[in-house]
Amino acid sequence: MNLFGIIEEIEKIDPDFQDRINPRRDAIKNITSFGSKVAVAALPFALGSIFKKAYGAAASTTDVIGVLNFALTLEHLEAAFYNQGLGTSGLVTDSSYITPIQTDENNHVTFLTSVITSLGGTPVAANAAGYDFTAGGTFPTVFSNYQTFLAVAETLEDTGVRAYKGQAGTLAGNQTVLTAALSIHAVEARHASAIRYLRMSKYGVSIYPWITSPTASGSDVSGANSNDTGITAVNGNYGGATAENTTVQGGVNILTLASVESSSSTSVATATAAFDEPLTTNEVLALVTPFIK
Amino acid sequence: MKTASELNTGNVNLHRRSFLRYAGAGIAGAGLLAVGASCHKDHNVTPSGTISLGTGDIGILNYAYALEQLEAAFYTQVVATPYSGMPSVELTFLTDIRDHEVCHRNFFKAALGASAIQSLSVNFSKIDFTSRTSVLTYAKAFEDLGVTAYDGVGYKIQNVAYLAIAGSIVSVEARHAALIGNLLQNGNFVSSDQVSTSNGLNVSNDPATVLATANTFLSAQTQVSANF
Repeated sequence: MNLFGIIEEIEKIDPDFQDRINPRRDAIKNITSFGSKVAVAALPFALGSIFKKAYGAAASTTDVIGVLNFALTLEHLEAAFYNQGLGTSGLVTDSSYITPIQTDENNHVTFLTSVITSLGGTPVAANAAGYDFTAGGTFPTVFSNYQTFLAVAETLEDTGVRAYKGQAGTLAGNQTVLTAALSIHAVEARHASAIRYLRMSKYGVSIYPWITSPTASGSDVSGANSNDTGITAVNGNYGGATAENTTVQGGVNILTLASVESSSSTSVATATAAFDEPLTTNEVLALVTPFIK
Repeated sequence: MKTASELNTGNVNLHRRSFLRYAGAGIAGAGLLAVGASCHKDHNVTPSGTISLGTGDIGILNYAYALEQLEAAFYTQVVATPYSGMPSVELTFLTDIRDHEVCHRNFFKAALGASAIQSLSVNFSKIDFTSRTSVLTYAKAFEDLGVTAYDGVGYKIQNVAYLAIAGSIVSVEARHAALIGNLLQNGNFVSSDQVSTSNGLNVSNDPATVLATANTFLSAQTQVSANF
């Protein structure tokens, strides 16, 4: 099924089709034009349902602020992780990698906080009780063993990329906020790539800058067939409703496309690495909750 | 660091095969659906050799398709004629990136079907494919450009399904960009010309800016223009 072709054909006979499946014409598209400020109570971290938006509903300013606070929640977590890592004497060897990442995450916190404030929202604060980067004992040596620290960093970055990706639809059409979200998302992907490259090139870990899933499987909620990190404890970070080993994009079966190797097929490695996949709000919350005290 | 457009090596590239005239042989996709025999008005090719990408979401998808064609062609050449002394690990990386870009290109071609623009002819005369510095500098430029392009056009996409696809691809381009940055200079994965040191955001560019650069790597006969 050629998804694009079908939508195009429907539009010819029903010009309002796009509006009904994604009615943003009357939505606030560019929030810099939003006039009156609305006081929005701080959105508690755990209320995943508040962010949930039925497909096709217009993104209100509340929804937009919700997305930004969700992102800010994650950035607080990442900033705290790198702040603590770099603050742990003798832990980090590669400050040329970790310091720029720390700078970026802290900058993201500042940036998102200011955007939310400018929209009349209340930015979430860092978790008052702090964070547990052992994830409830899953990574007990996260701040005593540098390789563990890097492994957790890698997963946090990969997860951050997927988390932002999952929010894009809610921000569709919003020039200011969507562009900012996509821009932050790209930086998180740069971080993920760099941590992976560092682990591979300097520490001999069998990993690539991109997520290369071992097996195509149609559905892989658990992430066992998608996870390329070698750390089974983080399978879930690579799974979900749209797991990283997804090989159908927009109705096109990537595995049957021509590649350099074959005129009629593309390898699973290429097909899965060439596309990163989103995580839903609730999937992300489930994955990061163990880090929140 | 000089941008790709400023770099002038003055060297002749090693091969000038026209393998890039890609006739789409063997593209098989379960998603191919002939969108009727209707004439798509966005397929205009003016006598001056400018190809219009089209308008709306189709124009944007063609924009992505054009950039992926450029990247696929570049890496195909890189791997076909590796620079002097290319270590095997770099060959592996660049081959993987090539395969990703070819995948992206073939995906857009399959998904766009009859709405796809033609195959573009590239002009890599500025690039010295025998030189690691030249190749990696241009690789970084192409990847960085692609990231800024996707980030800068995302808000114009009307259909969230297409936005999701663009989102799935841009992070992979960013992974590429970071790797190339690291290969050129270890630790240079968020170079200050691409990522702001004040807010941590990646640069984003509008289509006109991106195409002004992209067109310098396309032949006079296949210059690309956007109207969205």
